[in-house]
Amino acid sequence: MTQHILFNLLQVAVVLGFAPLAAGVLARLKEIVQSKRGPSVVQPYRDLWKLFHKDEVVSEESSWIFRFTPYVLFVTPIFVVLLIPVLTTYPLFLAFMGDMLGVGFVLALGGFFSTVAAVDAANPFGAVGASRTRMVSFLAEPVFMIVFFTVSFVAGSTIPYIVQQKWVTPIANFFTPSHVLLMIAFVMLILAEGGRIPVDNPSGHFELAMIDESKWLEYSGPGLALVKWGGQMKFFVLMCVFLNVLVTPWGLASGHTLGAVVLAIPLVLLKILGFLLVLVVIESSLAKLRLFRIVEFLGAAFITAVAAMIVQVFSA
Amino acid sequence: MSDGAAQLLDSLDALACGLFLLTSFGIVATRQARGCLQLFIAQSLLLAASAALLGLRFHAAHLYGVALVNLVTKPIIVPWLLRKTSPAGIYTRREVEQVLNIPVTLTISLALAIFAYFVGIPLARAAGPQFVGPNVPIGVAGLLLGALTLTVRREALPLLVGLLAMENGAFLAGISIARDLGMLVELAIATDGLVIVFIMGVLVRAVQQHVGTTAVGELASLRESGGQSGDAEVTT
Repeated sequence: MTQHILFNLLQVAVVLGFAPLAAGVLARLKEIVQSKRGPSVVQPYRDLWKLFHKDEVVSEESSWIFRFTPYVLFVTPIFVVLLIPVLTTYPLFLAFMGDMLGVGFVLALGGFFSTVAAVDAANPFGAVGASRTRMVSFLAEPVFMIVFFTVSFVAGSTIPYIVQQKWVTPIANFFTPSHVLLMIAFVMLILAEGGRIPVDNPSGHFELAMIDESKWLEYSGPGLALVKWGGQMKFFVLMCVFLNVLVTPWGLASGHTLGAVVLAIPLVLLKILGFLLVLVVIESSLAKLRLFRIVEFLGAAFITAVAAMIVQVFSA
Repeated sequence: MSDGAAQLLDSLDALACGLFLLTSFGIVATRQARGCLQLFIAQSLLLAASAALLGLRFHAAHLYGVALVNLVTKPIIVPWLLRKTSPAGIYTRREVEQVLNIPVTLTISLALAIFAYFVGIPLARAAGPQFVGPNVPIGVAGLLLGALTLTVRREALPLLVGLLAMENGAFLAGISIARDLGMLVELAIATDGLVIVFIMGVLVRAVQQHVGTTAVGELASLRESGGQSGDAEVTT
């Protein structure tokens, strides 16, 4: 029992510690692909350190929501980490509290608060960004649902610890069309939810084209640091769900010793590095879509997910 | 063949079929003519892969022949022929206006895919108990989606690709039902397809020379331009 609590804390520490690193590595890799040197991979840590030591400015017109939101954005990914397999193949202390739908709900809570806070500060760009983010997320929502339906058709469960075993035992299951189509649909979802390139440009600072970032224009100092760190953790958590539950459950610790769990950390990071490489290829070879083309992008994701479900449900 | 290997081949074949379905959706919805052609090439490669996998699974040498014919004609000769016969500017062309917008088209194509399963599964069952697999329903879906492409597209090249995609769908269903058809039939169909491509390519070139566009969907209004009504002008 105490051991499981310890492992749980270790998982949280891994996500807290390595989420900025993943963001830094991704930024650096993209710069290298574009024949530039780019900032160091530890730049996100430096940014966070700098922001935590600055003063914070809060508009007098804003309400408690504005001050409360950074904490929500920071805490929701940590809640999710308690539910999903980050390092172990067996459920840990608090994993009984929710399944993958629970993960979706908890992340949606963060999304709700960031939208409301963006409108709260009364910056015009905040409201524009908030409405755009809502547009992207309500189009992404049905894709999420269909993905979860298909997963529960296949595995008979939405609990991530059961789902991850279904795809690889026997190994022929890995190549079933529903699995591969689900992976494609989920990658498109990660791109949309993480604000990556075909949907949103994470490195662009042009207010009129911003989607995700314009919600945070009013934040400064420690508040901005929490928002940024929370965003990086959310992205890290989505990658963990994708890699550890839907694609490759290999490399996770199945033993109950501390050594086995610690050994799983570099393996998981290696998997994430592999996924970041794929992401760099996607981001470097595609252009950002115009706003109303995002409908078509997520429509394609929806079609892919539904195709996965059709193939799975009707062939049985 | 061991049980595990058979299972692996089955699911790889199913994977090829699933991705085939995805490319069919892509052909219906891609805006650019070049992307449409590339999706068609990918679809033909998947068809060849499915044929080869089924050949391996059921020890049918004839299916290797099908795979080979498909591998040579569709991904290589068809694009080459098109490049030779049809005008070069056609590849970079975007479809500005489709009959239906893309989300609506995609929704219809989803309904068609589900319908294809309702038609295809009993069809495969009727053919015999050994034919259950995703090939027949997804082949029917490919056929229907190709027909939908023919209906909603207004550019010449995507229309041609839709026609060829219909043939691909029929092939995908066929290879799982008729495992030992005469090789002559396959070759005849393949040559037929090439002749169609050739004729269509030349036709597209002629149309473009006469009308200055390959948006053949607009040719209906061109016919009336002789005179009486005001809305008959040609817009390009």
